[in-house]
Amino acid sequence: MIFFIILGMALATYLPRLVPVWFLSSRDLPRVVVVWLKYIPPAVLAAMLLPSVVVAGDRLDVGLDNLYLLAALPTLVVAWKTRSLFVSVLVGMALVAAGRFFLGF
Amino acid sequence: MAVQSLSSRPGWLKGVALAFPIVLGYLPVGFAYGVLADKAGLSTLNTVLMSVIVFAGSAQLIGVGLMAAGAPALSIIITTFIVNLRHMLMSAAISPYLKRWKKIELGAFAFELTDETFAVHAAQFASTRPEQSTVFATNLTSQVAWVAGSWLGAAAGGLITDVEPFGLDYALVAMFIALLVVQLKDRLLVGVAVLAGLLSVAFLFIGFNQWNVIAATLVAATAGTAVELWTSR
Repeated sequence: MIFFIILGMALATYLPRLVPVWFLSSRDLPRVVVVWLKYIPPAVLAAMLLPSVVVAGDRLDVGLDNLYLLAALPTLVVAWKTRSLFVSVLVGMALVAAGRFFLGF
Repeated sequence: MAVQSLSSRPGWLKGVALAFPIVLGYLPVGFAYGVLADKAGLSTLNTVLMSVIVFAGSAQLIGVGLMAAGAPALSIIITTFIVNLRHMLMSAAISPYLKRWKKIELGAFAFELTDETFAVHAAQFASTRPEQSTVFATNLTSQVAWVAGSWLGAAAGGLITDVEPFGLDYALVAMFIALLVVQLKDRLLVGVAVLAGLLSVAFLFIGFNQWNVIAATLVAATAGTAVELWTSR
């Protein structure tokens, strides 16, 4: 039974990932669609990111006790300055680890 | 088709390197999933199988949660579908860059299109045209980490559950910050990102749970398109 649920989950996951790229990649799209698609990556990344740093449990937390939010600001500056994925990730992790170790978060 | 990169490293090695932050994030999250799946009563084989053929972090965590609660099969599958619908937008957004790819290559690519691999590819494609071997190496490395983490979690079953001291739980958050920042090349893109983020949080609190990311993305991208087309007339 579990096996068939997993199979169903696999299909329910794969179809949304496959269908758009399968049908759209070989087509010349109208300009308005191309422009719209250009805004999808930053929009969807921001839409996933912001709740993960300002929502704790089921409430909004934009206070100084929110370690994820506090670490996000310097990480953002480092990412902006270095443009390096690697450096940004290490700095972000180090800030969170340091916050817990030294500041008792 | 690929633009020659400045470094002489082979394409696949570059892809593995790009996946490094994803690996840091997927190992502990995959581990957590493995532990939860074990607690939900899944066999190690089913736990690992799900990571191989589903490969969707949040959907797998929600899925085993529902299994543990004894939810009916159909509701688990429908929930998975809803949780993963956002990938339609990502798949569509990547499609203009994969014009010359064969159908079977598109099929293989889509199978490993997660939030995280999408984020890496979108940032790459925004500035360059990576080789196919780079793209596939990033995807494969990420999934290997996810499967390995799941298997370790299922095998260890709660021996180590606390990864917080290393800040590993922040790896994917920091990665999203970095990948978002490199895409913000003009003020309109910044505006769209800020709008999407705020709307996503707002939608979450008015009860759009599971739909907040999709709804915020649609509204913000449409607003950005409207402004761009309006001002460029």
